[in-house]
Amino acid sequence: MNGVPLSWYLILSAILFALGAAGFMIRKNMITVFMCIELMLNAVNLSFVAFSRHFKTIDGQIFTFFVMVVAAAEAAVGLAIILTVFRNRSTLQVDDIDSLRL
Amino acid sequence: MHHLWLIPALPLAGFLVNGLFGRRLPKAIINAVAVGSVLLSFLWVLQVLNGLMPLETLYVERYATWIASGSLDIPYELAIDRLSAVMLLVVTGVGLLIHIYATGYMSHEDGYYRFFAYLNLFMFFMLTLVLANNYLLLFVGWEGVGLCSYLLIGFYYLKNSATTAGNKAFIVNRIGDFGFALAIFLIFIQFGTLDFPAVFSAAQPLPAESTAGILTAICLLLMVGAAGKSAQVPLYVWLPDAMEGPTPVSALIHAATMVTAGVYMVARSSALYLKAPLAMDVVALIGLLTAVLAATIGMTQFDIKKVFAYSTVSQLGYMFLALGVGAFSAGIFHVVTHAFFKALLFLGAGSVIHALEGEQDLRHMGGLRKKIPITFLTLACAWVAIAGVPPFSGFHSKDEILLAAHHHAPWMYWIGVVTAGITAFYVSRAMFLCFFGSYRGHHHPHESPVSMWGPLAVLALLSLGGGYTHIPQFLAPVFPLAEGAHDFTLVAISVAAGLTGIGLAWFLYIAKPGLADSIASSLGGLYKLVYNKYFVDELYFATIINPAIAGSRTVLWKFLDAGLIDGTVNGAGHMAQWVGAKCRRLQSGNIRTYATWVVLGAVLLIFTIGGVR
Repeated sequence: MNGVPLSWYLILSAILFALGAAGFMIRKNMITVFMCIELMLNAVNLSFVAFSRHFKTIDGQIFTFFVMVVAAAEAAVGLAIILTVFRNRSTLQVDDIDSLRL
Repeated sequence: MHHLWLIPALPLAGFLVNGLFGRRLPKAIINAVAVGSVLLSFLWVLQVLNGLMPLETLYVERYATWIASGSLDIPYELAIDRLSAVMLLVVTGVGLLIHIYATGYMSHEDGYYRFFAYLNLFMFFMLTLVLANNYLLLFVGWEGVGLCSYLLIGFYYLKNSATTAGNKAFIVNRIGDFGFALAIFLIFIQFGTLDFPAVFSAAQPLPAESTAGILTAICLLLMVGAAGKSAQVPLYVWLPDAMEGPTPVSALIHAATMVTAGVYMVARSSALYLKAPLAMDVVALIGLLTAVLAATIGMTQFDIKKVFAYSTVSQLGYMFLALGVGAFSAGIFHVVTHAFFKALLFLGAGSVIHALEGEQDLRHMGGLRKKIPITFLTLACAWVAIAGVPPFSGFHSKDEILLAAHHHAPWMYWIGVVTAGITAFYVSRAMFLCFFGSYRGHHHPHESPVSMWGPLAVLALLSLGGGYTHIPQFLAPVFPLAEGAHDFTLVAISVAAGLTGIGLAWFLYIAKPGLADSIASSLGGLYKLVYNKYFVDELYFATIINPAIAGSRTVLWKFLDAGLIDGTVNGAGHMAQWVGAKCRRLQSGNIRTYATWVVLGAVLLIFTIGGVR
């Protein structure tokens, strides 16, 4: 266990998460936004796994599996929504899809 | 046990039967229940008195504890002594006659069962008032009769003037009752109990207050209550208006019984009054002032019931004069004789009104002596009784009062004598205008049925012979008889005053008709002043009622209610709307904005938790 220290994993995870969050807020294409969400999820996964190894417990690994399952389900539903939106509106610009407001 | 509770309970039962089921009952059964319950009550009074005579001490029956709280202990307790025995006989006896009369008088009216239900309820409260053995139970009866008075004045509830008169009676009585309630509190503070025997025996050893003290305060506040209920200056204004009610009500409640409740209450509290000479003087002065004021107004009125109403106020003033000069038994004596002849006057007036199908204006009557002879004959009995013609009832009681007044202060006697003359004058005026001369109306008078003139005849006999009931002697165990020989001169003077009044009325309205009008017009302003009742109602409107209404409108309604309370409530709503209008801008529909909020929230959360650590 003298390889890479825990902090490096966590810094990487934070950088990935920040990239995902920034992309989520900045990018306008719906698919890109979606990919940013996946990026954030996986950044979290990375920190889980790192902690799991550091503390010698299995919990973090199990959480990672849960997150992956949720991410897979979310991908299925999310892509279906994106397809439907594109069919109906012929656009994938996030800013144009704002009919859910007062 | 003599079961005193049955006396008020019987009319209460009548009230419940007629009040709950009367709508579906035929008139014969309503009559039987209403009159029967009062008749049984009357008979039970006789039965109880028969068992209790000679009744020289107080007889008390305790049924249950009503209120027990700390040192306050108020039982359901009825008691009877000679004073309440007299009142019981008058209330149930005259009440019975008036109930019988009402079955004839009201026979064509709507709401027949309602009328008799209220009348029975009134009997219940009045008998409770008379039998009560503590101030609080007396107060219950006191308020109850006030309620029934209100309900019965406003009996013709579709008539605006009737409902207004009912309200007036109720509100003016509130002022009096406020004073009475304060008096009860003071009595409790001073004596620690409200039971009559306990309070009076505690007051017995106290010295008479030469200057105003707590007893004077109690007595004056009691007098405020009595002035409201018994229509004394300055609270008498409701009684003349109360004539809007059906005539049997005027006779029973506003002449014979309820309005004498104040006299009864003051006489009952005589042990307190005797310790407060200052309050006694106030009572006498109020009585005298009321007697003169109302008698002069009575001279000018044209509504036959109004004449008798002012007469009632004036006679009640006489009773308070008697109480104020310490002649309590004379006051009660006058209550009794007045109940006879004033009930008769009202019932006779009702019979006249009934005969003329609702006409009440003396100017549209006249010459009815031949048309309705029985009514005339019975009313003539009341006439001689109230005018103080010896040897009829009014003469005896009025002279007891006047002699006592002379003993106390001769100037009071002289004013009383003048008032007696005025009394004789206005009653004679009403009689002459109504029964003599030629008929000036356009109805076809018809004599009343036997159910109406029967009670009139009984009351006529009582009015004639009521002076020989020896009430003062009977009341001697309660109120010691005043010594002092009957001064024949004083008696002769007051009789002469009465006869002068009658003669003057005869001269003005029979011998020289038209002279009265020319005198009235030559007096001009003075006549107008008296005819308009000294503008007392207008004065009250200008000084009390209108300012109260204006104050309610501007301060209470416009400022407090509409401004402050509504403003607060509506302001809270407006504030919520305003905040909502601002906050809904957050709901932009732009998903990246939401994400920004989420991130900001997360960052804030992290910093907060980090900060806590």
